[in-house]
Amino acid sequence: MPKSELMRTSMYAGGTSPVKMIQAGFYNEDCLVYDLEDSVSTGEKDAARFLVYNAVKYQRPKDKYILIRVNGIYSKELDEDLEAAVRAQPDAIRIPKVEYAEEVQRIDAKMTAIEEKAGLPVGGIKLWCNIESYLGVINAQAIAAASPRVAAMALGAEDFTASMSAQRTKPGWEIFYARNAILMACRAAGISAQDAVFSDINDAEGLQRDLEMTRTLGFDGKTCVHPRQIDTVNACFTPSEKEIRNAKRVLEALEEAARNHTGVCVLDGGMVDKPMELRARATLAKAAAAGIKVGGVKE
Amino acid sequence: MELKKPAVAGTMESSDIMVTLRPNEGRGIEIDIQSDVKATFGDAIEATIREVLAEFGVTDAVVAVVDKGALDFVIRARMQCAVCRAAEVSYDWGKEDSNA
Repeated sequence: MPKSELMRTSMYAGGTSPVKMIQAGFYNEDCLVYDLEDSVSTGEKDAARFLVYNAVKYQRPKDKYILIRVNGIYSKELDEDLEAAVRAQPDAIRIPKVEYAEEVQRIDAKMTAIEEKAGLPVGGIKLWCNIESYLGVINAQAIAAASPRVAAMALGAEDFTASMSAQRTKPGWEIFYARNAILMACRAAGISAQDAVFSDINDAEGLQRDLEMTRTLGFDGKTCVHPRQIDTVNACFTPSEKEIRNAKRVLEALEEAARNHTGVCVLDGGMVDKPMELRARATLAKAAAAGIKVGGVKE
Repeated sequence: MELKKPAVAGTMESSDIMVTLRPNEGRGIEIDIQSDVKATFGDAIEATIREVLAEFGVTDAVVAVVDKGALDFVIRARMQCAVCRAAEVSYDWGKEDSNA
């Protein structure tokens, strides 16, 4: 997994502010999202489009996965956003408020037409689908599989809870089902699962508690609302020394069992089964992607 | 391309540039640059302004910019936006397409 494919953290930079866009390139987020949607007022959509296009094309931060969040699927800005965004060549385009697979397929077709006209490689730019309503959650599996471009889905918890007439709380039980539904759809499609933001930037303990849920459920990353959340979220998705050590022991035990032709592999009195091996390999892959030297274990 | 009305793009925030464009029918291009770094980067700022005007085929314009330390991509973006607003046109994103 190259560094640019690490997706532990994604952070938005508003498309109207050059200073925020430039600063965002110096933080530790894996994915930087230049925003044309919510952070841009109606009268500045054109200015943001020019700014984001030129930033991605001429001032692209190195070693980051670059996304552009376009305006809504039914907005009058979408077509021009796509014309600019595709030609800017980010790694992915992030679509807000996706509810149906057909919406993704229509955007995919528009992107393909632009790529062909511009002489760009077709299909090179991926899609991240923001799921922000109960309809999006219900249709998550179809959305995830709607196009080979779909590389990730992300839960937008504020809009989702609004669509449900639910209260948004810090424990997050009101989004528990949505989190799981999106995760399972992502796993079925083999794409990245991105968790919702934790909005209170002054509550570091609350963020830690929220991250425990995020990681335990199995998400691959989380959107940050403020730079001060980035290092905490990155750490949550980076295997600890103990986890890496355990993963290596599991794989070493399997290697030894294979060398000795023993049918069953036992470690610390317990049987090492296939799920344990898969988890160990995933842990080491995440560690390696995060730049941690693991070594010593055969693939 | 003809500028039809005055237009502004950009802000006075740090790292930005505020561009004001006015029609200047038949009188060529006049550029006024205010910048704390004019002595060092004034020529580069003017070159980018002229380059964007040339890309659009604008031959008559009064350009006034207040620079707050903008990088080249910001100057380019603000100029493109100001020209489109002043000329009341949509930008042709496909003008450099190889298969157009």
